[in-house]
Amino acid sequence: MKSEHVLTSRRTIITGLASCGGLLLGGCSDTQPPTYGNLLRLADNLTYRAQRLLLPRNTLVREYDRGDITSIAAIGTTNPANPHEDLYDAAGGAAYDRLRNGGFADWRLTIDGSVARPGSYSLNDLKSFPARTQITKHTCEEGWSAIAEWTGVPLQRVLQAAGILPSARFVNFYAFDATLDSIDMVDALHPQTLLAYGMNGRDLPVAHGAPLRVRVERQLGYKSIKFLHRIRVTEQFYDPGKLGPLQNGWAWYIGI
Amino acid sequence: MAHPRLYWGAVGNDLTPALIELPISRNYRHGGWELSTPSFPDGGPAASVIRTYDILNENSWARSLHFLAAWFLVVTGLIYLVAGMFSGHLRRDLVPRRGELRAQLLRDDLAAHLRGHVPAAPGGPPYGLLQKSTYCAVVFLALPLMALTGWAMSPAMNAAYPFLSGMFGGTQSARTIHFCVFAALIVFVIIHLAMVSLSGFRRQMRAMTLGKPT
Repeated sequence: MKSEHVLTSRRTIITGLASCGGLLLGGCSDTQPPTYGNLLRLADNLTYRAQRLLLPRNTLVREYDRGDITSIAAIGTTNPANPHEDLYDAAGGAAYDRLRNGGFADWRLTIDGSVARPGSYSLNDLKSFPARTQITKHTCEEGWSAIAEWTGVPLQRVLQAAGILPSARFVNFYAFDATLDSIDMVDALHPQTLLAYGMNGRDLPVAHGAPLRVRVERQLGYKSIKFLHRIRVTEQFYDPGKLGPLQNGWAWYIGI
Repeated sequence: MAHPRLYWGAVGNDLTPALIELPISRNYRHGGWELSTPSFPDGGPAASVIRTYDILNENSWARSLHFLAAWFLVVTGLIYLVAGMFSGHLRRDLVPRRGELRAQLLRDDLAAHLRGHVPAAPGGPPYGLLQKSTYCAVVFLALPLMALTGWAMSPAMNAAYPFLSGMFGGTQSARTIHFCVFAALIVFVIIHLAMVSLSGFRRQMRAMTLGKPT
């Protein structure tokens, strides 16, 4: 009787240790952004993990009144069809030019990867989802901020419609300029993370990312990728090289 | 500095009035803007403007370096405070004694320093009155303010704890305070290093590294 008890607890300990090891292994798998042994990227990941561990996950950012809306500057790519843009992409730029001339009637958003029903959505498809309008603050890493009204469909709803799989870990955004960036599921499923097609009561202007941009309200501005054409859901972190922030020296997580 | 304009309140950008414009970096009052369009279909004061100027911006690595340093500040700062509390260092050596913190005495100490009468320091406590007051201001006011105003600028921290920016009157106010306290700390470091040199550099360094006073 006694030895059996000892055996049971030993087994429990071994099982416990094994699962602890599993947790540690999970920590160094591809579900975290790579650091490439870079001290700066290690600190970025420390901030990311600390905020994910310590901060409540679903609190909303403050929403303002219409009277609080301020002027706003459009920076970065303001027209993907312009070959003089820093992040100009020839194929994406040509496609954008054609779609824009057609009033984005032929534009479609592709959703693929770890979803049960990969497919594509027109602007009208996206507008047929229940819309959300929010007046929020856009904070740029440069130091300035602005308040604007954004209208769109919560990313959460579109991902659910596409049948996002439980194994999904990252949502990657592909733009018409040479931009590709991703967010984790905590931000992707946040109720204020929006696929925005409207700004301040009208269609999203070209300079601000027409026809569709994402709003990631709990991170700095450069995470809210403009000019979207594809969303890919992945189970592992995908580093797109020079198209993404990491290899250009920018932090991937910028909740701070 | 990528954006050498400081504001008061919740928001501020190139198209809104600044509290202070710092004439540093080529980003100061650059005129690279075009195509001002009203933000609303029916006009109104708010506008959207495209920036055409290629600003100086080294924030990619600089931001990450900043937060690496911030982690060191917070972790070592907390260790220092806890150790100082339990060892009695803060209470015994840093906080001015009862009756010591008087305007007249502070004035005398300041006047003595300004006249260049720097007494040879023993290499550690006891500290002079001006020294104690300055250290207290740095340890209990400036450095905690740096951490708090820093957190008050973080969008994720603000979503979780809106009072962080609220207590400073908005994220842009927090940024302005963050900058001013930073400037004050730079002045402190310069004067502190000058005093270390003037009051017996070798003795001070020995006291700091080997812990041997005298």
